[in-house]
Amino acid sequence: MPQPRRRAPRSPVRWHIAVFLAPAVLIYTAIMIIPLFGTLNLSLFTRGEGGAREFVGLANFATLFGDPRWSGAFWNATGNNLWFFVIHMLVQNPIGIALAAILSTPRLRFAAFYRTAIFIPAILSFVIVGFVWKLILSPLWGVAPNFMDALGVGNWFAPWLGLERSALTTLALISVWQFVGIPLMLIYAALLSIPDEVLEAAEMDGITGASQFWKIKLPLILPTIGIISILTFVGNFNAFDLIYVTQGALAGPNYATDILGSFLFRTFFGFQLQLGDPHMGATVATVMFFIILAGVSLYLFGVQTRLRRYQF
Amino acid sequence: MTTRKTLILSTAIALCATGTVAQDVTLTIESWRNDDISIWRNQIIPAFEAAHEGIKLDFQPMAPAQYNSALNSKLDAGTAGDIITCRAFDASLQLFERGQLSDLTGLDGMENFSDVAKSAWSTDDGSQTFCVPLASVIHGFIYNTEIFEELGLEVPTTEDEFFAVLDAIDADGGYIPMAMGINDQWEAATMGYANIGVNFWGGEAGRAALIAGESSLTDDAWVEPFRQLARWAPYLGRGFESQSYPDSQNLFTLGRAAIYPAGSWEIAGFREQADFEMGAFPPPVPAGTDGCFISDHTDMGIGLNAASANQEEGRAFLSWLTGSEASSLLANAIPGFFPLSSAEVTLEDPLAQEFIGWREQCESTIRPFHQIVSRGTPNLSNESWTAAANVMRGTWTPEEAGEALQSGLSSWYAPHQ
Repeated sequence: MPQPRRRAPRSPVRWHIAVFLAPAVLIYTAIMIIPLFGTLNLSLFTRGEGGAREFVGLANFATLFGDPRWSGAFWNATGNNLWFFVIHMLVQNPIGIALAAILSTPRLRFAAFYRTAIFIPAILSFVIVGFVWKLILSPLWGVAPNFMDALGVGNWFAPWLGLERSALTTLALISVWQFVGIPLMLIYAALLSIPDEVLEAAEMDGITGASQFWKIKLPLILPTIGIISILTFVGNFNAFDLIYVTQGALAGPNYATDILGSFLFRTFFGFQLQLGDPHMGATVATVMFFIILAGVSLYLFGVQTRLRRYQF
Repeated sequence: MTTRKTLILSTAIALCATGTVAQDVTLTIESWRNDDISIWRNQIIPAFEAAHEGIKLDFQPMAPAQYNSALNSKLDAGTAGDIITCRAFDASLQLFERGQLSDLTGLDGMENFSDVAKSAWSTDDGSQTFCVPLASVIHGFIYNTEIFEELGLEVPTTEDEFFAVLDAIDADGGYIPMAMGINDQWEAATMGYANIGVNFWGGEAGRAALIAGESSLTDDAWVEPFRQLARWAPYLGRGFESQSYPDSQNLFTLGRAAIYPAGSWEIAGFREQADFEMGAFPPPVPAGTDGCFISDHTDMGIGLNAASANQEEGRAFLSWLTGSEASSLLANAIPGFFPLSSAEVTLEDPLAQEFIGWREQCESTIRPFHQIVSRGTPNLSNESWTAAANVMRGTWTPEEAGEALQSGLSSWYAPHQ
């Protein structure tokens, strides 16, 4: 008796998609999305009499932007942070690109050694970097004053980390020294991925050397430079460690090195006799989030969509 | 080998046995003083246990940075020890107001402490005290006696003499007159402003007037110390703007600087590092003032967990701590942290004895911005760090510093509005 063939019942719901997505969704929700909304939520409350939580709407934001002390400190930190970012964009990324261009020339000897040596600071802890540079620049025991004396420019030495006008720039340059390896590596990889045919075609047309870099390679690595810029932006506006290690939570001298990260730390956790205020801290954190969001959006919609990409 | 093992084993068993048979009460002590663990276990606890049968002590310190939060959670959860080491001022006051620390106002031996000593662990009106004051630090100046002898200098007692000494060291050129930096900012406020200022605002009376809103930080009494600090700057040596706290300590202990504006907590460290004789003098008094003041700042107290089942034994331990035996033990074990009790104490370290001896000649007061006036935002104590450092760097005039601090205080503190 012929049996009718049973077809395997096919579920209309494709469970495997949900199953494979679940771990990532759950983990990101638990450690990123929920805390993010928790922070946003926390900024809408304040601690009332007797320690109870009270809903205050946007009053914390009004304090942050309206109160002359809070807004003074906030805009000082934002301005310093912008300067910190500008230094990175003007110094770190051009140097990174230049080094990558030099390293990718095929005739350079010891390229691997230079590459590693330049990248090593990026894997060091902030604590080590901050401490080493503090010692180098120390007016008492540092090598910088003696070194400059030996070169005959000893009079130009100043306690840079202790002077208001130079402390932030000095710290920004230390941070550049530490992280110049990151753009170097990314650009280097991008340069290596340019196909030889393109470069050979350029050579056939007589474009070699520096003009080959400017006319052929640079346009091809522009998308990578864009990514580096956005990484620098996010990194700088979240920076905190280097300032804390070298200048302490009060970001001296006279708050000249106070950036949003150190301002948030003092507000949220308090410092010495000042007790922490989680609600104002969350307010600062929320504003930082929106600043970074605005910067990233500007890049994504304003710049990235206009970048021309080449397919090989 | 075997005999020794057996010996250890039998001792251990014997110890356990005595413990179970006598049914002792064990008091657990919460503390942030990791550094003092051997002093407590080897000196203080045996001394107490020898005198008090039936009470055992267990010292359980943790890392200083975690202490406040960990203690709060333990108290909330009901798992904290019987005896609580108290931070000064608001942190402990909060615990008392929440009913987590026992009221010790009537404790036997509490009469050994002055009101200044008790201020860090009393309610704002001073009517209730909830921790036994354990240790304080005294400010002054430590100097290198060898440099002073070499240059033929006398220890200064007045402000004019002080600057004359600095000028003389400066003129000689061989040494940095004073070792202090402002990179970390707190030295300027603590070892500078709070150290010398006491003579200008007149100790406790001046501090009380500030809290009551009767004197303002723009008054001469509060601005003059800033003027003094501004005069210090040329004597601090090259690059003091980025000189950090350990830099200053090293400069002094290496014998390259003659004077070090100090807190007494430096004594133990300096003893280890410096190979020259050190002396100390209290903050020099300005011309035309009678008497003198010293900053004798309350730092550590010890109290009783209100939820502890062993209130009576806890009180016995705390009263014992107020006496002269415990005070001497603590003071000699940790030179530079001075007992606050007025019970008789002898110190073996001459430098520490010098510091504590000033209590006889001068009136004690605590740092001016620690009680009550640092409860709001902006925090007056933290602001004073920046202000003192700015004055020394020359960024602010002394008058501007006074105005900045006053406007910060007036922005939230009712008696100043």
